[in-house]
Amino acid sequence: MTINKIISTILVGSIFTLSTFGTTNVSAKSNEDKGYEISKQAKERDMGWGDSQASMRMLLKNKQGDENTRDIRIKSLEVTGDGDKSLTVFDQPRDIKGTAFLSFSHALTPDEQWLYLPSLKRVKRISSRNKSGPFMGSEFAFEDLSSFELEKYTYEFVKEESCELGNCFVVAQYPVDTKSGYKRRLVWIDSNEYRISKIDFYDRKDSLLKSLVFSDYTKYLDKFWRAHKQTMTNHQTGKSTVMDVSNIQFSTGLAEKDFNKNALKRVR
Amino acid sequence: MKRGAMTMIAPLLFSMSIFAQNVDTQISGKLDVQGRYYLNEGMYKHQDYQEQFSFSIQPELYWEWNNSTDSLIFKPFYRYDHQDDERSHADIREFLWTHVGDDWEIKTGIGKVFWGVTEFQHLVDTINQTDGVESFDGEEKLGQPMVNLSLIRDWGVIDAFILPGFRERTFSGQMGRLRPPFHVEGDFAQYESTRTDNHIDYALRWSHSIDVFDFGLHWFNGTNRDPDLHLEKGGEDGYFIPFYEQTNQFGVDAQATIDEWLLKFEALSRNGLNGTYTAAQAGFEYSFYGVADSDADIGLLLEYGWDDRGLDSNSGFQNDLFFGARFTFNDVQSTELLIGGGYDLDYESNSLFVEGSHRIGNNWKIVIDAQFFNSKDMSDPSYSIKEDDYIQLTLEYYL
Repeated sequence: MTINKIISTILVGSIFTLSTFGTTNVSAKSNEDKGYEISKQAKERDMGWGDSQASMRMLLKNKQGDENTRDIRIKSLEVTGDGDKSLTVFDQPRDIKGTAFLSFSHALTPDEQWLYLPSLKRVKRISSRNKSGPFMGSEFAFEDLSSFELEKYTYEFVKEESCELGNCFVVAQYPVDTKSGYKRRLVWIDSNEYRISKIDFYDRKDSLLKSLVFSDYTKYLDKFWRAHKQTMTNHQTGKSTVMDVSNIQFSTGLAEKDFNKNALKRVR
Repeated sequence: MKRGAMTMIAPLLFSMSIFAQNVDTQISGKLDVQGRYYLNEGMYKHQDYQEQFSFSIQPELYWEWNNSTDSLIFKPFYRYDHQDDERSHADIREFLWTHVGDDWEIKTGIGKVFWGVTEFQHLVDTINQTDGVESFDGEEKLGQPMVNLSLIRDWGVIDAFILPGFRERTFSGQMGRLRPPFHVEGDFAQYESTRTDNHIDYALRWSHSIDVFDFGLHWFNGTNRDPDLHLEKGGEDGYFIPFYEQTNQFGVDAQATIDEWLLKFEALSRNGLNGTYTAAQAGFEYSFYGVADSDADIGLLLEYGWDDRGLDSNSGFQNDLFFGARFTFNDVQSTELLIGGGYDLDYESNSLFVEGSHRIGNNWKIVIDAQFFNSKDMSDPSYSIKEDDYIQLTLEYYL
């Protein structure tokens, strides 16, 4: 699971339509059910986006203030009934320019991932077990960039409070996968549009590890909210990564044929 | 350079026709400066030195038009080496026009193709000739003239190749290290085919991914990329000449990716003047992620190489065990270190190598390579390089 759905979680944050059963009196339900329903709302509001493309610049900062940049471009394809497909190309740093990453994500079985190494012209199938590892030396772990699927967590509603996006539900999400680097994440979801405002990540020892703040939301196709800025701060190391997302486009004509090993080899 | 003339001209013609259109141009490239230090002087005449310096330049020009359905890449390469004239060499790594259809692609010109899954030997990687002077591990390849049609179907990808024009392997010269007791005189290369290096080769490959499996089956017919070396002349000024036979080859490569395991297998059956032989390379890579609560990963590799010609094999991997440990630090500088070795179960010789790299800023990278050889049996091919242990530093700049 990885970059895969970078677009859908990361950018997409959360979006949803008020579905038919969404806003009934959830307070009467157990906290588990309520946490699940809120997360499900968020997921359902983001369905139907089809395909999209975006550019991202990551700014990596360490405690001393040293900065490094990463430039990537992502193409994504929504797959109904399964996880999405994505193709990521690296532009910076220059030694990995042209390196590309193809991912078929799945909710329950392991993702399928291939890496293209342009200097060798080699496509390598790689293991998708490395969920908690850092993405390109940033504070984002691979699992942070993977798309949100309901099956990946169990849920608990915590509270409702004001947040940057107005009023937020706070939901605790516990990863099902034992390979996850987290014991839980606390997610602030705004009660109006079901966008993610912030995520606190707790490590396996249940200490606060990182916080991810989503900002600069824009609505696309009159329905899908995308955060143009995401700031990840590691509280334990003092490092941070700011991701700026630009050139977000939908309905770009991408199809299955743009997400295979041949497409991976010729991507620029 | 008459060979492959058409395939080389084709990209030019198309590049000329594109200027009227909306063309996206990208310029990139790579420069490096390299220093190599041998721990000892060499065993043979002309090898009485320990330092070797070189630099290389590899610009890359890329054009894209017709809404990305057509592209042209031009990637020339040159290396200057201050000790070995044969290592000072130029090549066109790529000069390739690609046209992409809905479920097919055609590539015409000079290109590079990789087949295979294993790490210590690229047994089934057949299309491109090895650039033997560029790196000792055989990973560097020469550009190959080709027409390559790919059909992309639900049941996999079919790649058909027409390969006009053969590229001779590059070998260290008389002044070079890391060579047999005598140097190889490529100028006197001999061929089984009367068309010598103008023989047109053909290849076909089917590759597919199903669930955890990625695999390919191939057929190749043409000039064997691996030459036999014939001693033309002994004594102080002796030399080998390479002989390239015609071959018919079938091969398979497969990888199963199961959680932390990568299980790898390559095999081929090759027919030539001395009959048919079979060779295989198989093994695994197992990864530990986030070792000791750090960001670092460690991958353990084990592979075995086998060739049924035994000691008569010209491959050097006839009954060899390989092991390695890959350290990936996942830091901002993408620091990596691969330590590995090989053990020849027949000759009881062994070798050890280290490959490390570390990025500096956005455009620089420093690479360290080291090779150590240990051989006591004079009939072992690696005996001739047993004094060629070296440590090499390369500073690379990426544009």
